Amino acid sequence: MARKDRRRFLTGVLATGAATAVAPAVKAQEKETERAPTALPPTTQVAALETENPGEMAENRIKGTAGSDFMVDVIKTLNIKYCPANCASSYRGIHESLINYGGNKMPEFLTCMHEESAVAMGHGYFKVAGKPLMTLCHGTVGLQHATMGIYNAWCDRVPVIVIGGNDLDAAHRPPGVPTFHSAQDIGAMVRDYTKWDDTPISLQHFAQSMVRAYKIAMTPPYGPVLISLDAGLQQEVIKEHGSEKLYIPKYVPTSPPQGDSGAVKEAARMLAAADNPVIVADRAARTPNGIKLLVQLAELLQARVIDQGSRVNFPKTHYLSTGPAAVSGADVIIGLELSDFWNTVNNWTDNGENGVGENSSRIKPGTKLISISASELLTKSNFQDFQRFQAVDISMVGDAEATLPALIEAVRSAIPNSRKDAIAQRGQAARKAFADQEARAKQAATLGWDASPISTARLVMETYNAVKGLDWSIVSQSGNTSNWQNRLWPLTEHHHWIGRSGGFGVGYGAPASVGAALANKDAGRISVNIQADGDLMYAPGVLWTAAKHKIPQLAVMHNNRGYHQEVMHVQRMASFRNRKSNYGGDMGPVGTRIENPDIEYHKLAESMGWWAKGPIKDPAQLAPALREAVKVVQSGTPALLNVWTQPR
Amino acid sequence: METTLRYLLLLAAAVLISFTSRPAAAADAVKGKIAFEKNGCWQCHGYEGQGGAAGKTLAPKPMAYEAFNVFVRNSNTQMPPYPKQILSDADLADIHAYLSSIPAPKDYKTIPLLNQ
Ligand code: HEC
Repeated sequence: MARKDRRRFLTGVLATGAATAVAPAVKAQEKETERAPTALPPTTQVAALETENPGEMAENRIKGTAGSDFMVDVIKTLNIKYCPANCASSYRGIHESLINYGGNKMPEFLTCMHEESAVAMGHGYFKVAGKPLMTLCHGTVGLQHATMGIYNAWCDRVPVIVIGGNDLDAAHRPPGVPTFHSAQDIGAMVRDYTKWDDTPISLQHFAQSMVRAYKIAMTPPYGPVLISLDAGLQQEVIKEHGSEKLYIPKYVPTSPPQGDSGAVKEAARMLAAADNPVIVADRAARTPNGIKLLVQLAELLQARVIDQGSRVNFPKTHYLSTGPAAVSGADVIIGLELSDFWNTVNNWTDNGENGVGENSSRIKPGTKLISISASELLTKSNFQDFQRFQAVDISMVGDAEATLPALIEAVRSAIPNSRKDAIAQRGQAARKAFADQEARAKQAATLGWDASPISTARLVMETYNAVKGLDWSIVSQSGNTSNWQNRLWPLTEHHHWIGRSGGFGVGYGAPASVGAALANKDAGRISVNIQADGDLMYAPGVLWTAAKHKIPQLAVMHNNRGYHQEVMHVQRMASFRNRKSNYGGDMGPVGTRIENPDIEYHKLAESMGWWAKGPIKDPAQLAPALREAVKVVQSGTPALLNVWTQPR
Repeated sequence: METTLRYLLLLAAAVLISFTSRPAAAADAVKGKIAFEKNGCWQCHGYEGQGGAAGKTLAPKPMAYEAFNVFVRNSNTQMPPYPKQILSDADLADIHAYLSSIPAPKDYKTIPLLNQ
């Protein structure tokens, strides 16, 4: 494109209607407030090209502006801070635009060593920051690596924007490797566990699809989305669009769906009249405000709350906080964004009965059940994350957090004065039960306190002691430490605990911890990762990513030297079949142990730029090592302690 | 319900006949620790029988040997049963002796880390 034409093009990129024009330097918020957008001034880079080196545009090899520059302009309006990604030729066009044209800011490219790590970093980041990240990958080989991370994000209702490079035009794509790396429809691979995907075939189509993808991902129930990005479209020069000017649609967040008002009133009446209402929450608190709302509802009813732990839903230190067994005494149970209502009120015993196990109820007959969940809006059913069917008495399709304000008001009006004393007494009983429950948990933590390998309770409490004076955040999912951190740490804030992986695909822990630690770094917090051994070995390269990009965290390994869940499963199978299990010289069934040789995780971490120590087997050595490690983390370097632990 | 009933019946029947099994008195705690590890009890109950998310607390003070024997042999709960073919009475008695030898833990009030 001749310089003159280019100038005409630049002035021609206009915003129309609610759309905005191309201008990376302008923040999206500023743009959102613009009433009547006009053509915006060129960026510094564009201005430089136009003024300082008039010949360059005409001389550059592509003879114009690359389409991927416009893509970067679109992405910049969405305020995406980071792009963790493993580099790949099918997105080389946009890669170059991001780091050079876009100045490697908003988003900043983070070098990842596995696509699954990149997606899981976005997953962990969102759970702390509440904002999605984007990742780029090869649309075939890279996307296949990314799939497990995407599936976890899907099951955990977390938005991640995945962009897969793909060379659509078979007549023009490079032969050889790039053709192995192309597919007709890359979205087919992940369509069952993404909320939406699209294959833009023009730049304007890209602008619409990118904003739409962001909007869909960020509308509860949140979820991952995919854009298939044609390599040709990235590399082609921006063409004249005649009278149709390229524009960037404005992103306006969609308000979340709320439970029906009639159903809200009916639920409120039921809760207000209950003798022993119990609240169960799993992914109810999407934001810090969700916790406050749940506290209001619980206190209004003096109802005990079971936090199933996919997020911090309710402060662990609150006297109404209780364990899963509380459902047995309930007459009304309200489930908020439960991933498994059936298993909340029923029990399945893995006892080999008829070969498969036995079902039983955990609740009294006649207990009324209420559900509020946005997940019912997700009806893709190849993957069975919706769990067994549970019939309930009131079923609301809507986002729990968004419905809570209306429910709280309705409950307030539904409680008759005559019930207020009974409700207050319920609170007194709950205070006593809470104190007893705390004492029981602490006493249980003393069992094996001085054992070697180190007990999981000791591991978790030594770690707490080392960070308790700081603004901390637990960035690991590890429920494999018998949930001690959830039982004994004062989890009260949204960022105190990021929940689990969602799909229980092992390998999520390490990269999600790095993503969450990135968000915590920006917020000035210390990140604590109780890191499982098997999980780390899926893609340990993420340790390097953390060191490279100076993302500090304190990783304390729960190294039980096995895929311990499977150790127990295979042992159980052997017992059911009256067979002595073959341990092959290890401590558990063949194929389940990670020992002989033992992995030296401290050396692994050290080799990738971490400060590390281990193996620590004696509980007395843990406190001094933790003190040292915390200092290192505070100086900005990630630190890992390889601790040998009890199995659970 | 059904599970518990079946278990209680088994327990009653087994207590009557279990006096034929090896008396716990002759058992050896050191050998018991090895058997506890070799037979995978540690996997769900922890090396010291402390229990956790995967299995109940077994020590200190395990249940009386007769009931212990009946439970381990016939469990129809999450605990997989260990019949005689895969775990001898002698080994089971040693395991019981090991669990019985584990001292009581401290009171949590005396452990500063549990009082922060
Ligand atoms: C695969 C996991 C697993 C293994 C291996 C295992 N247990 Fe258990 N065990 C359990 C679970 C779970 C329970 C709790 C069962 C319940 O009450 O529903 C239990 C309960 C018990 C109980 C009853 C405790 C009580 O107070 O009710 C005893 C005794 C016991 N186990 C002994 C053993 C011994 C001895 C071994 C090894 C020979 C062993 N277990 C191996 C999982 C296991």
